[in-house]
Formats: sequence, structure tokens, C-alpha cells
Amino acid sequence: MTSLTVFYIGLFYVATLILIAGLAYRIYEYSRTPAPLKIPTTPAPTTNAGVAYRMAREVVLFESLFKSNKWIWVFGWLFHVGLALVLFRHVRYFQEPLWFVVEFVQPFGKYASFAMVAGLAGLWARRFLVDRVRYISTPSDHLILALLIAIGLSGMMMSFVAHTDIVNLKAFMLGLMTFDFQPLPTDTILLVHLTLVALLMIIFPISKLLHAPGIFFSPTRNQTDNPREHRHIAPWAAALDRDNG
Amino acid sequence: MAAPEFEIPKFKEHLEVPKIQEGSMAHIKSFISPQPTQEFLGYPWELGEDWKERALFKMGDLLGKYRSLRVFMDACVHCGACTDKCHYYLGSADPKNMPVARQELMRKVYRRYFTLPGKIAPWLVGAEDLTKETLADWYSYYHQCSECRRCSVYCPYGIDTAEVTMAGREILNYVGMGQKYSNEILGKVQKIGNNLGLPGPALEDTLAGLEEDIEADTGVPVKMPLDVQGAEILLVTPSADFFSEPHVESLIGYAKVFHAAGVSWTLSSHASEAGNFGLFNGNYETMRKVAMRIRDAALELGVKRIIVGECGHAWRVAYSFWNTLTGLGFDGKDPFSIELQQQLDHRYPQPMHICEYTWDLIQNNAIKLDPSANDDKVITYHDSCNVARGSRMGDEAGGQFTIPRNIIKAVANNFHDMAAETIGEGTFCCGGGGGLLTDDLIEVRVKGAYPRMNALNNVVQEEKVNFMATICAICKAQFTKVLPYYGFDRSMVGGVHQLVSAAIKLD
Repeated sequence: MTSLTVFYIGLFYVATLILIAGLAYRIYEYSRTPAPLKIPTTPAPTTNAGVAYRMAREVVLFESLFKSNKWIWVFGWLFHVGLALVLFRHVRYFQEPLWFVVEFVQPFGKYASFAMVAGLAGLWARRFLVDRVRYISTPSDHLILALLIAIGLSGMMMSFVAHTDIVNLKAFMLGLMTFDFQPLPTDTILLVHLTLVALLMIIFPISKLLHAPGIFFSPTRNQTDNPREHRHIAPWAAALDRDNG
Repeated sequence: MAAPEFEIPKFKEHLEVPKIQEGSMAHIKSFISPQPTQEFLGYPWELGEDWKERALFKMGDLLGKYRSLRVFMDACVHCGACTDKCHYYLGSADPKNMPVARQELMRKVYRRYFTLPGKIAPWLVGAEDLTKETLADWYSYYHQCSECRRCSVYCPYGIDTAEVTMAGREILNYVGMGQKYSNEILGKVQKIGNNLGLPGPALEDTLAGLEEDIEADTGVPVKMPLDVQGAEILLVTPSADFFSEPHVESLIGYAKVFHAAGVSWTLSSHASEAGNFGLFNGNYETMRKVAMRIRDAALELGVKRIIVGECGHAWRVAYSFWNTLTGLGFDGKDPFSIELQQQLDHRYPQPMHICEYTWDLIQNNAIKLDPSANDDKVITYHDSCNVARGSRMGDEAGGQFTIPRNIIKAVANNFHDMAAETIGEGTFCCGGGGGLLTDDLIEVRVKGAYPRMNALNNVVQEEKVNFMATICAICKAQFTKVLPYYGFDRSMVGGVHQLVSAAIKLD
């Protein structure tokens, strides 16, 4: 076992721990914070099923963004759908034998990487070309785009240009999951790809990537519009009724 | 009208998104709230030595109490979808009037003191120290937001800048930087009973005068009852309805509708104000105290139904928050809300909007109308922001758009909507809501009205529209003031019940 392999074993355990524990903590924090008032952006669904449908449209289709700006929608949606397919394709490196769907998605996941990187490039271009977006962009906005594009390009390099030793890579990944550690292939492009992915996992719970869990907790999107029919009250607000009713 | 000291945006066939002009509205500063006003609300009136600790304490407090603020501080990705959605940006081109930039004024402080990356690498993530300059920026730009929620419609995560503005104003109040206009109103409504500071006897006189006017005009003794014990309906309406033009025309309309329906109703001198500026300042307890007057009046008078007059933010508070704040609604499980709810008539929604009430009567043919009485008018309808995006009418989502329009079409023959993207859920705010309806903010108000004025101008040119109906006291007052800046007659604006008043047939 080389020191390089040991380093990457450590890196992935740490990154996974930070990602899962960090996100769990954030979700706990969001769910613990009360929403004292009914503030859905209306017109809003009047039933829970309606809210689930609204949320599904937001998460899958980016409905509000579509209403807002077609360019951001096209680039943002391409990137996210591309990423979803790419990630799903990567399940193959973490299971043996493969599910049928994982096998089925392989070619789609491979070419979805183009959509993903094209979407990211479009979003990045807007940060330079549109004066309003340029004004609000921070260094971290650029760096996160650079990080995602670098992950995408390094991955595509291995798919389409310089193949890595995929059999040994899979053995390494399965080894991580079963604590039966195997050596990691050492080609540079793979190491770059893995390092950047680990970095993305680490910054996820402390960056704007929190929009992913955040949307599910957004009161303007997840509340039902039924304030006259049901009394909605937060615990800290209910105390006011008792103290000075 | 004196010549304005600022440039008024020019009309365009299609609204154009301006290039950013940094600092173009940085000079805006509404009057600071003086000592007695602040003391009454329990706030300091100047920055103390510990202002920074107090500001950060209050920010942490609000982050722990409001999930909206908590999530909205984290979730923004700076995508830019909201950047061209705010009427104040479209009218002023100041980039800090873009919703994301307005939020960012707070978010950069949040990052610096409440997040790990902001603590260790502030330059990387756009985090900044809280300074007196930051507070000055907050004071300026959190009073260039009418909390209209248009941005929240278009944000992929539903981030609502109104929630951030409210938090910002609460923190400013907490360190001693309150706004004179809003805070004086919050004093008047609690001490006297309404935002205009109109005392009970004056209200009685006004109502008696209006009764005489209506009888002289129609020959029918339409009453405006005040503090009638045991009346069926309590009408709670913005106090501007009692003496401002064109507001009072709608008050006359409500009275005629109640008269025609043959129902017993009353106003309350204790709750002679539907408006609740507690909403604008983001202080739950103040908003609750102001709303409690309605509960007290309802219990005291023993009414069965509560109906709210034409007022945008009041309807948001009434529809969305009264049940929460005061138990005025249904399904309360606690003694506090049960006490009121067992008194209310369960056959009707509580509270009910006057438009819901009138529309029910129209549908049941319970009132007679002559739409030709409004034939001198070509009418359009301005959706008020708080009604459009913070409330509902009727049983279906979107009833807040259809019901007022249905009423207009029932009482008048000529109606044309403005462009689709400027009404409904995408409606442009009048520019004077959210505590900005003060002369010291006239530049903000005129520029913020631009997108609405532009849409209005298009239907004036194309459809010969000469009347814009709306159901909000602030919209009416704001348009009365800013219409002349854009070359329109101030009497072009009026209420939906002003139209009902003209068309209703009394016997």
C-alpha cells in the first residue's frame, strides 16, 4: 500500500464524513428553526399534495427560474440534469453486480457530461457578460464554477481521451466501502479528478451549494395556503398567547 | 407639483432593463425616528457604544426565530434571476436595488460573523465586517424596498427579499435607527386606534357627514354605524377610507353594499384601522399587538363576521396572519383562539375580504347593478402586491386575481388588463408600499412607480384606458401623488368599490 493510496483513503473518508455530517447538521438546523408565519408566495397550493407537486416542479423543472430568465434556466437546467445523469452513471464504481438501470444509463451519463460542462460554461459566461450578474459575483462564485468545470473536464478526459485503469479504480472504491483497501491507480488525471471531487464534498455544507437542501425548507415554496382554515403557530409565538393573551 | 430634482424615466413600448449605475440612489435617506417614538416602541433612538454587539445579537436572534431568514441567507447562488425584477432597480438602475444585492447587504455580514468561510476567508466569499457605513447602507436600501415579494416569485429557491428587509429594519430599530414615518404610525395606531391619528369623536363626525352626503346624493338613508354592539359584521378598513380621496368613495361603496344586502354591520372606533405597519418592520410582537385591537373589538362587540376593506398589506396580515397572531380564523386548539372562534359564524371564511363578500352577493343576484353607470370609464386593474403574492380570495388559488376583476366586469362595461407580465403574480408594486409612503422618499416612490406607470401608459395609448382600479389604500395614495409626475391626472386611480358604488341600485 503506497502512501498515495493511504492519503486518498483518508481524504475520501474525511470528505464523506464532512459532507454527510455537515449536511445532516444543516438540515437539522433548518428543520429546528421555526417558521412563525404563513408566507407562501401566492398563488400557492391549498393542500399538502399540491405543495409536493409545486416543490417537485421546482426541483425537477426549475419552474420559477423558467418564469424568470430563459438563459439562466437553459444553462442551469442543462448543468443539473447533466450532473444528475453523470452522478448516476458513477454508481457503477460503487456496486458489484450492477443494477440494470445503472447499466442502462451508462452511455447517457457519458454524453451528459457535455451538457453539464456546456451549462456551466454558459453560467460562467454570464458572470462576465451581464453587468448585473458581474456586479453580484464574488470570487467564490467563480471558483465554484471553475471547480465544477475542472471536475467535469477531468472526468471527460478519462472517458474520451486517456482511459484510466477502471478495474483497479473500482476495486479501490469497493475497498473503501468494505474496509478491504486496494491500491489506487496513479495517473495524474484521475488523481486531479478525485482530489477536486473530495474538495467539492468538503465545501458543500459551508457554501452556497446549500441551495440543494435549502429549497426544501424555503417557506415561500413549502407552505400550504390555508391560514384561515388552520391556525399556524410557532412554539415561541404560542408563548405570547399564554403570557399576555 | 414642484419640478422634481431628479430625472423621471421615459415611457417605452417594452420595458428595458437599465445598465447598472452604481450609487445612483445612495443619497436616499428617510427621516430618522425621534426619541419619543422610539421609546414608545421600546427601541433606543441613537447608536450606543455597544451598537455592534446589539446588531449581531439581534441578527442571531432573528436567525434562530425565522426559518425564512435562516434558509435565505444560505441558499442564494447569485444566479442573477432576480436582478431585473425589482421595480426600484428598473426605475433607478442602482445595483443595490437588485433583490440579490439588497439581500447581500445583510448576507455579507451574516457570512462574516455566522459562517466558517466568512470567518477565515472573508475576501473569498464576499463577507464584510459590520461597520457604521454598513448600517447607513442598510438604512438607505432597506427603505428602498416595498416588501412586495415580486423577487420571490422568480427566485428558483423562493428567496423573499421582504423577509430580509424586515429583518434589516428590525435590527436597525434595535440599534436605534428607526424610520420616522413607519414608527410614528405604529405609535398612533396603538395610542389612538388608527394610522392617521383620527380620534373617536372625529371619526363619528366624519361618518355622520358621509351619511348625509350619500342621502343627499341618492335619497336613500345609507348608514355608517360605529361601535354597534351585537352587529353581525365588523368592518375593518384602512383609516384613509374615512377621509382621503379617492379612498372614501370605496367606503361609501361598502356601506351601500351592506345596505343593499340588508345586513347589520358596524365599524369600531377601537379598531378603526385595518393597516398594520408591524408587518413592514419585521417585529412579530408589534404586529401582534396592532392586530390584537381587531380581536378585542370583535370580542367586545360580539360580532359574527369580520370583513376587511380595500387595503393590500392589511389583507395580507388579515388573511395570512390574523389566525396566527390573534386566533381570528378557524381550527384553533388552544383556549386563546377558541374563545374568539366559537363566537364567529362558521359558515363563512374569517376574516373575509370585502371583494369576496360583494362577489358572493353578485353571484347570488342579491344586489342590483347598472354597469352603464360606469360607461364614462375605460378601466384597468392594478393588482396590489400584498394581495397578489401574500394572500388569496375565495376557494381557489388565484382568486385574488379573478374576484376583483369579476366585480369590475359586473359593475362596468369597459375593462382592459395591462400587459400580462405586469399583473397577476408578476404585478409591479405601486412604489409606495412597505413603509415608503412618505414625502422624504418621493424620489424612490416616483422611480419605483415607473414599471407600473409604463404598463399603464401602454393601455392608455392602445385602449384609451382612463381609470385604474385597485384595492389598496397605499396604492391609491401613492398613485394620487405620482401619477402627475408621469403626466396623468391624479383622479385616474380609485377603488373597486368606488365603481360598485356608482353602479349599485338602492331602494
